[in-house]
Amino acid sequence: MCTYATLTAPMTGSAKGPNGSWFRVTDATVYFDHPVHAMAEHTLNIDLAAPAKGPSARVAVELTAESARALIAAIQGALDSAPAEMSGAR
Amino acid sequence: MGDTLTAETIRISGDNGDEIEAYLARPDGSAARGGVVVIHHLPGYDRATKEIVRRFAELGYDAICPNLYWRQAPGAAPDDAAATARAQGGIPDSQLVGDVGGAAAYLRSLDTSNGKVGVIGYCSGGRQTVLAACNVDVDAAVDCYGAYVVGTPPEGFPLKVTNLVDQLPHLRAPLLGLFGNDDQHPSPAHVDELDERLTELGKPHEFHRYDNAGHAFFSTDRPSYRVEAANDGWEQITDFYATHLGG
Repeated sequence: MCTYATLTAPMTGSAKGPNGSWFRVTDATVYFDHPVHAMAEHTLNIDLAAPAKGPSARVAVELTAESARALIAAIQGALDSAPAEMSGAR
Repeated sequence: MGDTLTAETIRISGDNGDEIEAYLARPDGSAARGGVVVIHHLPGYDRATKEIVRRFAELGYDAICPNLYWRQAPGAAPDDAAATARAQGGIPDSQLVGDVGGAAAYLRSLDTSNGKVGVIGYCSGGRQTVLAACNVDVDAAVDCYGAYVVGTPPEGFPLKVTNLVDQLPHLRAPLLGLFGNDDQHPSPAHVDELDERLTELGKPHEFHRYDNAGHAFFSTDRPSYRVEAANDGWEQITDFYATHLGG
């Protein structure tokens, strides 16, 4: 199906995008839907983008649901391992 | 009938008179023929959709696919354009109606037109096909597994999608529906409901429902492809358009 469901979040950071160039990321779009390239019927898709720089300023990933959950755990683990004063944890 | 055709990118007048990009494929020769508007799926105005446009030309129709994301991302790669459109909340139904109307008018303006135009869409384009057939002067419509023609999108949907139940009384063309029984959006219950509503309204429709097929069974470049359903579906489309767009 086309889930249509799309979540967005403002971002501050950078990504390495088209032509191997770094750019400043301002927006993340997250959705579970048909992938463009991954060999799965549905994937968790993340676009890290800078809309002000145009549609091609985007790093896209398409992850199976299992992979996406593993990524969440890895991100959480990495944040938890950092001293609170560095990661901003409360 | 020969199989020579030409395909090209053109500009047409879409909703609100806006100039938008479109992909046009036409059979060779000057014989009068029907036209087909292809509505691309949510992933965009992509290679797979353009292959479908060329297939309709091979079947003998002037066929066109408007780039529904042209306003948001002119000239962008199809996947980048789709991501941009999605991040902006999708495209409004009124704009879709205007763009399909512009594409249909373009087809009817061709010197080969017999005046008849069909519309077809896949996935999100299936819903948009029904929407177009309720609002645009078309002669036949083909809904390939469009979700939310009936049924209710979940709460908090960021994309502005509503069902089309209140529009079905305005359906102005016979509808061919092609669905996979393993699909959940639309589910078999949704297909049953649409069938019943159209019957109650006295709207001509013909549904084909396939076992061992889910969503997107026509997509040859995806794991969801099901050759038996897709081949039979193409035969149904061919017969349906021959009946309603011929002569």
